[in-house]
Amino acid sequence: MIPGRVRWFIGLVASFAVLALILFLPLPSMLKWQSGFLGRAFLWLLVCAILCLARVVRGPTAPDRSVAIDMLGILIVGFCAILSLSTGRDWYIDIGIAWALQSFIGVMALAKYLEGRDFDE
Amino acid sequence: MNEKIGMVVIVLGLAFDFFGCVGLIRFPDVYNRLQASAKCVTLGTCGILLGLFLFKGFSGAGIKALLCMVFILLTAPVSAHALARAAYRSGVKPWGGTVVDHYGEDLENIK
Amino acid sequence: MMKKAFLFMLWYLVWCLLAWPPSMQHMIIGIFVASFVSLMTNDMFSGKPLDTRLNPARYMWFLYYVAVFAWECFKANIDVAYRVLHPDLPIKPGTIRVKTSLKSDAGLTFLANSVTLTPGTTSVDIDRDKGLIYIHMLYISDSYDKDSMKLKVVDKFEKILRRIFE
Repeated sequence: MIPGRVRWFIGLVASFAVLALILFLPLPSMLKWQSGFLGRAFLWLLVCAILCLARVVRGPTAPDRSVAIDMLGILIVGFCAILSLSTGRDWYIDIGIAWALQSFIGVMALAKYLEGRDFDE
Repeated sequence: MNEKIGMVVIVLGLAFDFFGCVGLIRFPDVYNRLQASAKCVTLGTCGILLGLFLFKGFSGAGIKALLCMVFILLTAPVSAHALARAAYRSGVKPWGGTVVDHYGEDLENIK
Repeated sequence: MMKKAFLFMLWYLVWCLLAWPPSMQHMIIGIFVASFVSLMTNDMFSGKPLDTRLNPARYMWFLYYVAVFAWECFKANIDVAYRVLHPDLPIKPGTIRVKTSLKSDAGLTFLANSVTLTPGTTSVDIDRDKGLIYIHMLYISDSYDKDSMKLKVVDKFEKILRRIFE
């Protein structure tokens, strides 16, 4: 049986290896839109979003899920910034600003609901 | 030159985003998860937006990225604070390894 | 009246930044939008008369606060990254009370925000009557006196924020 510490270390090395592969692996030409640095950065953010979604699925209590949703909302602003760089369309960053404010209001409403208060306080 | 600095800042931001999400998976209870993810994801996204500003300079998109950074820096701690309070009020117990819990003791006396 | 004018200038600046680069259409629409928003948000920003608010020393202290805050924020992220990646998870969490002497709304908000983004601390709740702020810490070392109601970071930010907001 492998001790816990060694297992964590193996997991750490494996996750970093996956990230290095995502950033630096040469891709076949059919996936050409992902070959630049910004496309790879987009894939990296996708890995982070999948980790957040894992917490949403697994979270034992409701506040856990709310925290994960809050973090997902902030990550999506990052998505918008990367998208506006890689496609060259400036209006993606407008979506980012609107998304930041909207997710803030949504999380505040969730927090009030969890606390058991009315919304009109 | 600006683009190279921007690239470095974006990679730093991506790394901090990843650390925050790993903390979200690894830590044992809501409050610790909130700590890790609120700090790391906020700074990571600010790093990405700063990189965007360095790429674009003082054009429309760059100015908007700076504004977005200010919004996130103002709103993310507030929502983290509200979620921590809501978790305590909704009765989530702290993790077993907690050393002191003054807020749990005082919870009845505050409003 | 002066307060409304100040708010109008602030929101007009934000509108102009959002509609960069400036053009005639956007500026004219911005006058209407900014006056409407400054009427709506008038009673949210109550408090001090304007001449203390326009004191230039406050803005210099605000710049100093931003510099200190950015450095602490970066240190906090390094700290959290170390704790996340360490195989043993070196955490000893807990919530403590800390006494604060700030009174104004803006001061307390900024104090709670900057405590949340500094190493190992998150503000959980504020008791205004007793002047207490409850802080969740990620790692409480054994040498720390848990009932002393003092924390180094809070003291540091309090000193700066008192000069800005009070």
